[in-house]
Amino acid sequence: MWMLGPIGFTAPLLLLGLLVLPILWIILRAVPPAPIRRRFPGVALLLGLTDEETQTDRTPWWLLLLRMLAAAAVILGFAGPVLNPQVSEPGSGPLLVVTDGGWAEAGDWNKRRARIAAALEEAGRAGRPVALVQRTALTPTAPEFLSADRWATRLAGLAPQPWAPDPEAQADWIAALGTERFDTLWLSDGLDDPARGAMLEALEARGKLRVFETGRPVLGLRPVVYEDGLVRLTVLRSRDGLAQAEEIAAIGLDPAGVERRLATAQVGFDADAAWVEVELSLPAEMRNRVSRFEIVGQRSAGAVTLTDDSLKRREVALIAGRDDREGLELLSPLHYLEQALEPTADLLDGALEDLLLANPDAILLADVARLAPGEEAGLVDWVKAGGLLVRFAGPRLAGSDVSRAELDPLMPVRLREGGRSVGGAMSWGEPKGLRPFAEGSPFYGLEIPPDVAVNSQVMAQPDPALSERTIAALADGTPLVTRRPLGEGQVVLFHVTANAEWSSLPLSGLFVQMLERLAISTRPTAPDASELSGTTWAAERVLDGYGALRDAGNLAGIPGERLAARVPAADMPPGLYASEDRRIALNVLADEAVLAAANWPARIAVEGLAIARETLLKGPVLAVALLLLGLDLLASLWLSGRLRRAGGAGSVALLVLAMLPAPQARADDGLALLATNEVVLAHVVTGDAQLDRIAAAGLKGLSETLFNRTSVEPIEPVAVDLEMDELAFFPFLYWPVSLDQPIPSAEAYGRLNRYLRNGGMILFDTRDADIGRFGSGTPQGRKLQQLARPLDIPPLEPIPEDHVLTRTFYLLQDFPGRFASRDVWVEAAPPDAQKLEGMPFRNLNDGVTPVVIGGNDWAAAWAIDANGTPLYPVGRGFSGERQREIALRFGVNLIMHVLTGNYKSDQVHVPDLLDRLGQ
Amino acid sequence: MTQAGPQLRSRAEGLAAALPPLLAQAEHLASTVMLGSHGRRRAGMGDEFWQYRPLSQGDEAREIDWRRSAKSDVHFIRQKEWQAAQSVVIWVDGSRSMGFTGDTERPTKSDRARLLALALSVLLVRAGERVGLANLGTPPRSGQVQLMRLAEALTGELSEDDYGTPQTPGLPAHARAVFLSDFMGDMDAVEAALAKAADRGVHGTLFQILDPVEESFPFDGRTVFESMGGTLQHETLKAGDLKARYLERLAARKDRLDRLARLSGWLYKGHHTGEGAQSALLWLYSTLERAR
Repeated sequence: MWMLGPIGFTAPLLLLGLLVLPILWIILRAVPPAPIRRRFPGVALLLGLTDEETQTDRTPWWLLLLRMLAAAAVILGFAGPVLNPQVSEPGSGPLLVVTDGGWAEAGDWNKRRARIAAALEEAGRAGRPVALVQRTALTPTAPEFLSADRWATRLAGLAPQPWAPDPEAQADWIAALGTERFDTLWLSDGLDDPARGAMLEALEARGKLRVFETGRPVLGLRPVVYEDGLVRLTVLRSRDGLAQAEEIAAIGLDPAGVERRLATAQVGFDADAAWVEVELSLPAEMRNRVSRFEIVGQRSAGAVTLTDDSLKRREVALIAGRDDREGLELLSPLHYLEQALEPTADLLDGALEDLLLANPDAILLADVARLAPGEEAGLVDWVKAGGLLVRFAGPRLAGSDVSRAELDPLMPVRLREGGRSVGGAMSWGEPKGLRPFAEGSPFYGLEIPPDVAVNSQVMAQPDPALSERTIAALADGTPLVTRRPLGEGQVVLFHVTANAEWSSLPLSGLFVQMLERLAISTRPTAPDASELSGTTWAAERVLDGYGALRDAGNLAGIPGERLAARVPAADMPPGLYASEDRRIALNVLADEAVLAAANWPARIAVEGLAIARETLLKGPVLAVALLLLGLDLLASLWLSGRLRRAGGAGSVALLVLAMLPAPQARADDGLALLATNEVVLAHVVTGDAQLDRIAAAGLKGLSETLFNRTSVEPIEPVAVDLEMDELAFFPFLYWPVSLDQPIPSAEAYGRLNRYLRNGGMILFDTRDADIGRFGSGTPQGRKLQQLARPLDIPPLEPIPEDHVLTRTFYLLQDFPGRFASRDVWVEAAPPDAQKLEGMPFRNLNDGVTPVVIGGNDWAAAWAIDANGTPLYPVGRGFSGERQREIALRFGVNLIMHVLTGNYKSDQVHVPDLLDRLGQ
Repeated sequence: MTQAGPQLRSRAEGLAAALPPLLAQAEHLASTVMLGSHGRRRAGMGDEFWQYRPLSQGDEAREIDWRRSAKSDVHFIRQKEWQAAQSVVIWVDGSRSMGFTGDTERPTKSDRARLLALALSVLLVRAGERVGLANLGTPPRSGQVQLMRLAEALTGELSEDDYGTPQTPGLPAHARAVFLSDFMGDMDAVEAALAKAADRGVHGTLFQILDPVEESFPFDGRTVFESMGGTLQHETLKAGDLKARYLERLAARKDRLDRLARLSGWLYKGHHTGEGAQSALLWLYSTLERAR
């Protein structure tokens, strides 16, 4: 290296290039800027004019100087200038090189190795014998002083270790040291550790000690803590005094199985803070994917913290048949499940298809009978891939024909029709208790509270396989919980409801324990020594000193007690330890760890801090050269008068760039806004143009009527394409049944089922009441059955006299359209609905019927043209007009029912309330 | 023959394709000028009724309007308005320098000149005058067919010459003339042509069409200026320095044109392609009308 004052050059020969500069000066001087050729008719007037200044045909001196400086900077830059290059080692006698060799040095390990190599080379030149020891890998033998080149070959194998120096091993090494005298160069990682004092004392006693420290603050990450839905991370640093910003990344597998950064957080140290805390709010799905957190840009094991089971929670999807029971929280099919699972699992809510995409650990179906084909196929695939499907019975399952004649793929057993009720008013038996769990059952060992009783249940068909599928039974031996493996997963059926309607099981603690045993359960947050005693843990993945994860190889198993102490060592490196299906992460830093900077006594010479650091100037010098060249470009443009034009072109280019990512408006929003801002009636597009026109005209007539007579003010009706449009915005769908209508796709059925579950209503109109009754096998009737088969439709009954539809707005008993059949079917009332004494109708506090089915061709009766006159004749003469009026009244009642639900039904409470108020 | 046929046809079609827009544009422009009465305002030969005048000495008996005379005791003769048509010859500079425009948004000078020429022709033909194009060399004629001929002649390519000189062969005596050019070329030729025209009693208008760039000279830096045909060339190292002197020369040239025009009883006006064509047309039309 050639020195020039404080600056040295790594490639000084290149400086000879500076000699070329004067030649360059002469060449550049002679070349004027190139002219622009311009067509201009006015040249005739210019002929003969001469330039006033004649010297500008030469490049101006300042531009030349600029170019010369740029060229000189390039030459200087490539000559490799270094500010304050490092100088050499003095001394004589044996030299011991001690390196801490811990994780804190991993970040600048190459520099340290280069420093050791330099020290070795220096000692080699001086003929000093050298020994090299690493404090994290001490052996109880005296250091062997060899010639420096012998050590130089071993240097490449030196690697930082992801644990702190072991005081015991160090004590053994000091004991083996003997009385030999030697000088020492100690490459410290800058961290204080308990064994450092002893080492310092021992080395000082034997000769001159020099310490090398980079002075770089060491950063560390404490193990992650999960509390109150937040992930809390603590970043430590060894030196304070400067504000500092760091980035923390959560790393894990993405859904495609590729490891990537899932989330990042910024932390900023205040000037005097030794640690800083950051809280991350991660979605459950993402949190479960995180496998480690690390400080971005820190290549050391201390800047990485692995996560284990304590951060993961089960994802459980809850789906109820219908959950719009309007405020009757305790009757909600999911209430008890939510209460039981909330503290221990992450509950997912949403449509089944979306939930399947999220791939939850378990899916709970409470009283869901029929699934759309697409949903069912997806669910079967999911279970076969290892999912746990838990179903609960209920009135809808009991009323459906699911798994009756043949085993449903998503049911563990076949069911008998109806189910049974014990202990009620109409039965002799007592409510049944539970039989103790058999040995093979997952519930084996759970204590059964005496107050658990079952009133109703669905019954399994007797079957040879029934006994092995039964995992819980009633006292009389009838199965209560059945289970069947399906692929890698399993399907479990509770033969009772998930709420307290059919049994008191959900009210008991046993219910929670059963859910836990079914592995919908929680996990211990922090296992302590007593919990881990007796277990043996095998390392799965271990961290190296640089913070990279690799396979553990053949490390011996670790007893649980030792793992609980959480002190990494050579035979127990930090990493992920597994025992059966549990995983514990052993991190470099413990929960309460702090990073303290090493404090050296004043008598010790500490290198690396006081000495001016070596600075490579190549980059800045080249940057200056680039800047000068850029200036030269601008100046040249300015001189030749092209700067303005170039500026214009530049601004145009910028403008174009700015305009490129034009925002794209979503087309769907218009429909969504329209349908949500106003009440909109909608009809299903059947594909039959005539029929669609009638439906639209009919809904228009109904909308007009509603507008005139009620406070419901609908806008123009909308045609809905089941395959394309979102249904959720429409409270009401009119679906005329047409013979040549295509059967909707599986996705469309998924949407329809979701629509029905969320409280939508579909009015099916077969338009054939003139020729046949409901279910009598007219072509339209058969088509309706075909269309409605995949729909999740509850049991139906002919509209009873006291149905709320008869009184939501008008008092009606007939529901005619163009035809006046009385066959209109709605959701059946619950079997337990009873008529009270003195009340005109039963107390049916239930939601809106999801379907109304009839064949009266209502749309044709409602239909009006643009002038508001009826389009189609109804009946004959005045009685016909009367029939049209009643049809319109039915429409009004229907929409009122859709929009207000059971409000009119609730009026039965009014006498009671008045009675009480009177007291 | 076999080859020339298709070529001729395709060229003719190309020409025809360009023809209607120019004509339509010209008609559109012409329609903005309100046509007033354009008779000679005195008795003479013509179709339109002018006045009844009492019979005086020297009038022929067959001139007496008997119907009018029967209403009174005096004899009246019926006079008609003199409607002699004027001949107007338009010269449009077709040289290369007219093909210049300083901005792609603006029309070239020749576009503007041709548009004005044709629009003026439309107006004049509508007024019943005879119009001719000096470039064609044919005598002025009236009628729609002549308009088509003019339009065809005005849609051709520019000539190879760098600068144009006014052509005045077959300029009818006492006709009117309109010279549309940038007058960037040889001034002596202009002067000669003007002198020749004045000798034949022709009055007219020098209409100078310039691009705004030619007026402002917004150039700087080292530049080689070339004429449109490339025959003239001038190199400068600092174009910005030339601006003042260029403008001086341009003003001198305008001044000379103005003086020339005044001496020979012509009119001179400058026009920029940056301005609208309509005001220019109005001005041109009014100069013709005033003298007519």
